[in-house]
Amino acid sequence: MTAWFLRRLGQILPTLLILSFGIFALQQLMPGDPALILAGEDRGDPEVLRQIRAELMLDRPLLEQYFHWLWRLLHGDFGFSWRIRVPVGELLLDKLPVTAQLATMSFVIGVTIGVPAGILSAVWKDRPLDWLVNGIALFGISMPNFWLGIMMILLFSVQLGWLPPSGYVPLWEDPWQSLATTIMPAFVLGTGVASVLMRHTRAAMLGALSQDYVRTARAKGVAEGTVIARHALRNALIPVVTLGTIEFGRLLAGAVLTEQIFSIPGFGKLVVDAVFNRDYPVVQGVVLATALIFVALSLLADILYMLINPRLRAA
Amino acid sequence: MLRRLVLTLLLAASAISTQASAQNLRIGLREDPDILDPTLARTFVGRIVFAAICDKLFDINERLEIIPQLATGHTWDDPKTLRITLRAGVKFHDGEAMDAEAVRYSLNRHLTMQGSFRRGEINSIEAVEVVDPLTVIIRLREPSAAFLSQLTDRAGMIVSPRAAEAAGRNFGLRPVCAGPYRFTERVAQDRIVVDRFPDYWNAAAVTIPRITYLPIPDSTVRLANLQAGALEMVQTIDPDDVPAVRRNARLRVSISDELGYQSIQFNIGNGQRAQTPLGQDVRLRAAFELAIDRTAINQVVYEGMYVITAQPVPPANPFHVAGFIPEPRNLDRARALIRESGVRTPIPVEMTVPNNPDLRQAAEVIQAMVREAGFELRINAMEFASSLQAATRGDFETYLIAWSGRVDPDGNTWTFLHSRGTQNDGRYSSPEADRLLDAARIESDVTKRRDLYAQLWNVALRQDRARIYLWHRRNIVAHTARLSGYVAVPDGLIRPQGLRLTP
Repeated sequence: MTAWFLRRLGQILPTLLILSFGIFALQQLMPGDPALILAGEDRGDPEVLRQIRAELMLDRPLLEQYFHWLWRLLHGDFGFSWRIRVPVGELLLDKLPVTAQLATMSFVIGVTIGVPAGILSAVWKDRPLDWLVNGIALFGISMPNFWLGIMMILLFSVQLGWLPPSGYVPLWEDPWQSLATTIMPAFVLGTGVASVLMRHTRAAMLGALSQDYVRTARAKGVAEGTVIARHALRNALIPVVTLGTIEFGRLLAGAVLTEQIFSIPGFGKLVVDAVFNRDYPVVQGVVLATALIFVALSLLADILYMLINPRLRAA
Repeated sequence: MLRRLVLTLLLAASAISTQASAQNLRIGLREDPDILDPTLARTFVGRIVFAAICDKLFDINERLEIIPQLATGHTWDDPKTLRITLRAGVKFHDGEAMDAEAVRYSLNRHLTMQGSFRRGEINSIEAVEVVDPLTVIIRLREPSAAFLSQLTDRAGMIVSPRAAEAAGRNFGLRPVCAGPYRFTERVAQDRIVVDRFPDYWNAAAVTIPRITYLPIPDSTVRLANLQAGALEMVQTIDPDDVPAVRRNARLRVSISDELGYQSIQFNIGNGQRAQTPLGQDVRLRAAFELAIDRTAINQVVYEGMYVITAQPVPPANPFHVAGFIPEPRNLDRARALIRESGVRTPIPVEMTVPNNPDLRQAAEVIQAMVREAGFELRINAMEFASSLQAATRGDFETYLIAWSGRVDPDGNTWTFLHSRGTQNDGRYSSPEADRLLDAARIESDVTKRRDLYAQLWNVALRQDRARIYLWHRRNIVAHTARLSGYVAVPDGLIRPQGLRLTP
């Protein structure tokens, strides 16, 4: 187990290094000169532009900029936001709890709805319940987040006045208010996750239910509930766990549109504003943090497989 | 059971969420401001926050007249020497005295700090001299009719020298000025909180204890917040939302003309892409303009809310030339001009358009209009930052571009129409226009100066068709009926002095 873990870690390090260069090179692909944007309405003054480029090292070769960035990164310094001059590391630490809370709530909603719905619709395949669940799932996948978000705001905030329309209150400041500000965006995101999880759980369950070991179990007279829960579900969960971790990673990467609609100051809103303002250090910081989260989650998924399916432990 | 639980939770949450008070004025902004340092800041929304925390030497009123704020008055000793007298007993938020030394420090900071965005606005300053604690003299390199108006914005904001020295480049993280509110906290992209400053020189005009600025980019959501009572005021709403706000008895809307304009810039001389029939033949540019019906665009896209124009200076400004109005749409004349030019129709034209829904829609209406005259307009919608870069490089044929506007007409004209103007991306160049722009810049007599601008419009706009001015937008501010005392000034800022909020 330890050897396996170290091997995995050995694979991760080069991945991260390549990734870091990719992230840095991305800025070259972004159209629009950051100096022009930062200069604002003084963009016509060559002296202003020269000063900005010099200050931000934009006048140096890309590789030099990269190594400078990497060097500081290895010292835990992400640089500072060009727009508001706050250290990027501080911004990331500020936004991470927000996005983590939203992602967790969305994920819980997604799993609570998605997995049971998938199981039910597999067990009652081709029955009205299956059709109903499938219909709802299709609706959930096809519904654009921004539309559902705005409709919910109009209904629950403007018409009924139950929930604050947007904004965010930290959990430790006021737990009630924090839940009130995040429940709508979490629901919007959660329904999307639920639909995807439901479709995959259903497919995986159908596959498992047609396996020999399930027939054997049934032939031995094992109760149907036990067959479904212990024999089929456990095997069916492997692809669902993979997908679940990817979905959770996606949520942690920041729900760009949803955060924008609900003015949730998380990763998504941070990265969108940074891209539009060509605030490269912030973009790089967010993308790098997101990449780290994905790497960590895929490691977690591998560990979970082994816990769920003992056969993988030997490999 | 579950439903009842959910309902109870929601109701409990809502009890806390939508409560309103007279203690906190919550204002929804279009975007998150940039750094709150008057020397380094550049966004419009940032100026809204500065209106609460940083007083300026001078301000403007709703008639665009320059009025004293931290100053008590000014005199020109000669056209290059400005004497400013200061208000006595004014304190910065850190308790330091606001005096002539602080004014000198702040102006020099604007002039010399690395990365200053104010330098360009006040670089006609040669020296700032302290006469006595309440008098400063500003010496200019050359006479400037626009100079005083620069001191009505961020260049005129006076910062506490002690705080600025201590914080250096990080001053914007905790700005210390002499405004009615002092900076309390900022959570990036979430909120900026300011609290009433008890020692403000005009404390009687300030009644609301706290203001919270909340950036909410989506205009539908911003309005929903106002309707739901989660905001008391929004900086701007879309023109097509105005009827809904007017129908709501609990809300008020306030509309004022802005200082800027929307225009179409032609690439006449910037690189290869200027070598098009439209870029080279003034008759075709005239035909293009004659094919456009500004009133119809205003109706279709902006509910008739904006003010159509043919010049860069809005009607509220004393330098607006009343007789210079848009020519009515005239397809016959447009077609005749195209025939005269000998260019075969359809004439392909590309228009770069910043990727906003309303501008795209306006571009589509223009596309349909000019097609009837014989132009095949292709719309190139581009994200704003990219479109700016393309324009600077000369990578455009026509560009649908707005300008936020300045109090003094020089700020709306010189840099865009002068051959040395740094935002003259189409490289229009005319010695006659240059002469008029330079003369208007130093003319202090209002009537004579307005006349110079009238001549300029005739040369640059009617004769040379360097640019088409389409409309002046309007500042549309909406707020709860509980808020009173808001005065709409054309710069679109929200000045907290005089605002009252009832529970």
